[in-house]
Amino acid sequence: MSDATPADDAAVRIVSLYQKQKKIYARAVSGWFAGWRWAFVWATQLVFYGLPWLEWNARQAVLFDLGARRFYIFGLVLYPQDFIFLTGLLIISAYALFLFTTVAGRLWCGYACPQTVYTEIYMWVERHLEGDRPQRMKLDAAPWGLEKLLRKGGKQLAWIAIGLWTGFTFVGYFTPIQTLAVQVLNLGLGPWEWFWTLFYGFATYGNAGYMREQVCKYMCPYARFQSAMFDPDTLIITYDAARGDPRGNNGKRSKKDGSKPEGLGDCIDCGLCVQVCPTGIDIRNGLQYECIGCAACIDVCNGVMDKMNYPRGLIRYDTERGMAEHAPRATLWKRVFRPRVLVYTGILGLICTALFVALLLRTPFKVDVVRDRGALARVVEDGWVENVYRVQVMNATERTQAYTVTARGLDGLQLDRREPITLAPAEARWVALALRVPPEVAEAAGTGAHAVQFEVSLAAAPGETAHRVIEKSTFLVPR
Amino acid sequence: MSDFLHSGWALFVAGVTAVSLLACLVLLAIAAKRRVMSDDNTTGHVWDEDLKEMNNPLPRWWMGLFVITVVFAAVYLAFYPGMGSSPGMLKWTSVGQYEAEQEKARAAMAPVYAKYVAMNAEQLAADEQAMGIGQRLYLNNCAQCHGSDARGAKGFPNLADTDWLGGNDLDYVKKVIVEGRVGNMPPMGAAVGTAEDAKNLAHYVLSLSGSAHNSISAQLGKPKFATCAACHGPDGKGNMALGAPNLTDKVWLHGWGEAAIVRAITQGINNPMPAQGRLLTPEQVHVLGGYVLSLSRGSRVAAAN
Repeated sequence: MSDATPADDAAVRIVSLYQKQKKIYARAVSGWFAGWRWAFVWATQLVFYGLPWLEWNARQAVLFDLGARRFYIFGLVLYPQDFIFLTGLLIISAYALFLFTTVAGRLWCGYACPQTVYTEIYMWVERHLEGDRPQRMKLDAAPWGLEKLLRKGGKQLAWIAIGLWTGFTFVGYFTPIQTLAVQVLNLGLGPWEWFWTLFYGFATYGNAGYMREQVCKYMCPYARFQSAMFDPDTLIITYDAARGDPRGNNGKRSKKDGSKPEGLGDCIDCGLCVQVCPTGIDIRNGLQYECIGCAACIDVCNGVMDKMNYPRGLIRYDTERGMAEHAPRATLWKRVFRPRVLVYTGILGLICTALFVALLLRTPFKVDVVRDRGALARVVEDGWVENVYRVQVMNATERTQAYTVTARGLDGLQLDRREPITLAPAEARWVALALRVPPEVAEAAGTGAHAVQFEVSLAAAPGETAHRVIEKSTFLVPR
Repeated sequence: MSDFLHSGWALFVAGVTAVSLLACLVLLAIAAKRRVMSDDNTTGHVWDEDLKEMNNPLPRWWMGLFVITVVFAAVYLAFYPGMGSSPGMLKWTSVGQYEAEQEKARAAMAPVYAKYVAMNAEQLAADEQAMGIGQRLYLNNCAQCHGSDARGAKGFPNLADTDWLGGNDLDYVKKVIVEGRVGNMPPMGAAVGTAEDAKNLAHYVLSLSGSAHNSISAQLGKPKFATCAACHGPDGKGNMALGAPNLTDKVWLHGWGEAAIVRAITQGINNPMPAQGRLLTPEQVHVLGGYVLSLSRGSRVAAAN
């Protein structure tokens, strides 16, 4: 407070630290990038809404059965023990985010994030029932009447319907959706199904209908850390100030030949880039944390440039360094292949390959061996020493399978079970087994713990490879 | 803790809670406004030559979230215990919730168990679902001592063989599960005589099952077996009604060999199994008993062969 003088300390006014948010009326936009966004809306939502209805092997193709702790993804049957695959998927998602953000900024935010996608859908509904930006502003300002009631009510109904359908679909990934549909029709959902349908539906409705850019600006952590990944060679949505300024339209611009009056840049200051912005910023002020990279301003500005017969790209994807150096596009593309991007791509490729190979080579069953904790060991007939184990075998296929168990590690080690363990599809079962060694072996080995191994093997069906799992355990010889 | 049992503390805690909640709201109201000393959207404060503090207001719904937390706390305190010693309108307790959940689980299980109650041991053994339930009950309640494979250990009887100590029907097994059992043999040292007598008797007992023994000692010990015959029978085959084990088989529950037998003779045996009735419902005991009996079916067939 070095510069503060007594006069400065006088309060100019009292302000609130909390501000009523101004409603943003984003103008509809069409163009190359808007087309891409709609392509992503269709792609993601066809998958999200459609996937639970697919059938596979007479069951739902993708079903996360939390109650039974089985996760079905097409031909895969995953157990909670397979969570490492989810970890792999999350790491892939994170690296993909790093990679895309480093190359071209907030691509995820602008095109594929659910917040963007559902906002796009909700705004589409809004536009068709209340009209575009000017009509919506007029309608909001107008007193309540029959038309306003019908338009607003219709919008609410459509929004609520989309929200509920989204919540229903979400729950349909965890409860078989066809049963769920019947339950919904009878209003016979369980309490948690009610809760999640309504909660997820409400979250969709609230976030896509009302919160919109607030989610990106105040709630989303990715929004903040993505900006930290930009470097001078990251393609970001940029207004070319050198070309555009000074802005303005003194009435002497000609739309025919693309000529412009002396002393003015290409920007005619129509303000459309601000009107289409879903976060309500002016891209001409430079890169701002609110910018979600949706490129709506590029689309609308290109339209204006076309009308004015000016070259496109007054607002475009460009890099900080590119703007400073006025570098040609080819240079920008070359700089995409910088070490940082290559490292991200390399790691991403590596993890993708590892995950794919791991899934491919996955043993179609799991084994867990637990030594009995109550009794350490016992001496049975003729002085043989016996240890008891519980072996859990988990069938990760949808066929009945028979597993053979053998054990090794000590001379003369005998397992009391010869017949195979037969498991129903996706069944997991604990089986009690006993290992025993003759008295002379026990004496030679000495008291204490000795390493033994259980081998559980699945005989190969015709046309399949045989699999085996080896689990370590210990064999105790008592004093 | 006894220092805090006085009812004044409950009032104190309730007062502190209420005042704190109100203070949160007051603080929020006070801190929501601030003086600015400049018109350029800064607070007017400048540090280190040119660092200015900008005024970037949070959205107002954010303040709403703060208020909602306070309202939530008030509603929570109205329904649940928290205001001093007040039990809340729902009268919720953790014990109550536990009992309600137990009651619900029992109600859910009742139809499953209902059909098993009428079944006898053979029918239970033939019912795959009953055996599945029985196995889980066994692993949760019995395996700690008798082992996962039910073949026991020293002092813990083998449940999978045909050597039954006190009875081999479902009613007896259920009775033992519910009430427990004490395997009791009085110390016979005085009745047998000297240490040498006890040793000779031990060798005679070993000879009954054809185990390795000193035949001279066994001959000397034979007359002393009269003391044992009262319970174990003159031929040593035991007496199920008295719970006296068969000494002619190779089952050595309390250890094999001279030393173990001498110890049993001189010091007696006191081997209790705790009652499990409190932990299991009668229906569960029924299914569990059926499962335990089924364990020895395999060996019974083997013995017949």
